[in-house]
Amino acid sequence: MKGVSYIRRPNRPLHVYALLYLAFLYIPVLFLPLFSFNDSLYISFPLRGFTTKWYASMINNEPMLAALLNSVKVGATTAVLATILGIFGAKAVTRYRLPGRKPVVFVIMLPLVIPGIILGVALLILMSRMGVTLSLYTVTLGHILISVPFAMATMIPRFEGFDKSMEEASADLGENAIWTFWRVTLPIMFPGVLASLLLCFTISFDEFIMAFFLAGTDPTLPIFIYSQLRFPQKLPGVLALGACILVISFLVVFFSQWLRHRGTAGTARVGI
Amino acid sequence: MSGKDAYISINNVSKRFGPVVAVDGINITISGGEFFSLLGSSGCGKTTLLRVLAGFEAPTSGEVYIDDMAMSEVPPHLRPTNMVFQNYAIFPHLNVRGNIAYGLRKDKLAKAELLRRVDEALEMVKLPGFGDRRSNQLSGGQRQRVALARALIKRPKVLLLDEPLGALDKKLREEMQIELRALQQTVGITFIFVTHDQEEALTLSDRIAVMSEGRVLQVASPKELYNRPVSVEVADFIGQMNFTDATVIDVQNGRAALDTASLGRVQVPVNGDFASKGAQVVVAIRPEMLSLSRERGPQGENAVQGVVKTAAYLGDRSHFYVSVDGSDKPFAVAAREAPTSLTQSLDAGTPVWLTWPDEAPIVLPRP
Repeated sequence: MKGVSYIRRPNRPLHVYALLYLAFLYIPVLFLPLFSFNDSLYISFPLRGFTTKWYASMINNEPMLAALLNSVKVGATTAVLATILGIFGAKAVTRYRLPGRKPVVFVIMLPLVIPGIILGVALLILMSRMGVTLSLYTVTLGHILISVPFAMATMIPRFEGFDKSMEEASADLGENAIWTFWRVTLPIMFPGVLASLLLCFTISFDEFIMAFFLAGTDPTLPIFIYSQLRFPQKLPGVLALGACILVISFLVVFFSQWLRHRGTAGTARVGI
Repeated sequence: MSGKDAYISINNVSKRFGPVVAVDGINITISGGEFFSLLGSSGCGKTTLLRVLAGFEAPTSGEVYIDDMAMSEVPPHLRPTNMVFQNYAIFPHLNVRGNIAYGLRKDKLAKAELLRRVDEALEMVKLPGFGDRRSNQLSGGQRQRVALARALIKRPKVLLLDEPLGALDKKLREEMQIELRALQQTVGITFIFVTHDQEEALTLSDRIAVMSEGRVLQVASPKELYNRPVSVEVADFIGQMNFTDATVIDVQNGRAALDTASLGRVQVPVNGDFASKGAQVVVAIRPEMLSLSRERGPQGENAVQGVVKTAAYLGDRSHFYVSVDGSDKPFAVAAREAPTSLTQSLDAGTPVWLTWPDEAPIVLPRP
């Protein structure tokens, strides 16, 4: 063991455990792309043959494309609004002497731990009591509610990480609060803003329960997929769609994490 | 004291943070073009006072006037002050040129004029050609210069500096001190400089306000502060000082006699107000005003006997600590000349005589 620290020394049981863990996480997911290329209606081994016809059929599936567009609209709106709220919320709790700061943060973060079904039912009751027709707007509202905590959680460390004297310097050099936000705060926060946008979009894009309760006649993509599961012949098409979403989600999350990391590293490099 | 030439007038300013009194009823008047330092150990309120001047903190009570204008209703971005922050606060997303030009947006200058002004500012802080550097490509000293250029390009009436040299190494700090002083004399702007380093304050300033626990102990020129401190606290803070308790025995004919705990009977010349007979005071004496000799000098010379406790030779000068009866702390003696055969031979344990000129002792009120 000479020259090898206690932490670094090889640990075979731990390696095996780590491999099993990763396999358990990802092998089921990998069945999606695998069967989406399988030339058979039924999801079973042995595989029949390679085909891309399920992908081809996807392109002509009008209701599915409509649902996809709905999800993109809801996701984009959610991402923008939740991120804006997240920026202001994070600025408020990190920058100002706020009475009751801790309870406020707690309440904002609460949707993280409240089950989606509870929030969904609660909002459904609220909407019907208020006579609001269910639509993509109500879905967006629900999604903003659950995305804001994530946006805040992304922004707060960035606000804490950058020196308040930057904003003071801007004020000192003659810029008011709005210009300071525009010329200093936002550019320095930019990687965090981008990460938050991507994260909130992803959350909204694959959210099912709230959308299930709050959607009107226009389904979002997860609702559409769920409705397709009743028809066995539609299943391979859903697998193809699932595989596409998997790849895109992975890229988006990877990109946002990379941005976040780069943002933090950038601040550290400045070394204030 | 609110004379017409008073550029900045700090009138009875206090600042409380909850129960903590950071600044406690401060009155200072600073004239135009002055290099003024706020000196004190950390937590004395000097930075808070500077932030009140910049507008980042509103005073709990009192008022600041700059050029006869009350400042309490003026937000930071409209004040005729600019600040060099302790950590410089260089904007990381802008290059050096972007940082320096930051405050000129509202001036709506033509591009060529803007670039000329930035180059001029870079020239002034001795960083020509650095415009395209990114902030993370700058050393500490360069960041400090950029912060200085960024503030001075606004041509403020008052430049506020919050320990700007604290983060630099000793050699660079001494260079920057000289440059800062020269720069201030060139631009003629009032500088208000916060520091905890008394040597720095003495080197740079026209006048210094010594602060402690939110209050000003003394405002004076460096020379006056050193030679005529008004309290034990100031005397102790500025340079090194020996103290001994004393009682006033007699005051007459321009001289006062005092009985001291460790220096025996001390005679001092009196001018102006002086403590009355019987008053309990403190006598202070600078280490460099004391000299050492093996033999007692002529009758009438101020002298007291002691024993060398420690001796340190520092090349161009020597420091001794001499134990004297009646004082638990040994007396510091600084011999400012090169070591002589006398100072070389004064090892620990050697009995010596401490002598001092008549004008050396300073009489201070007992705290």
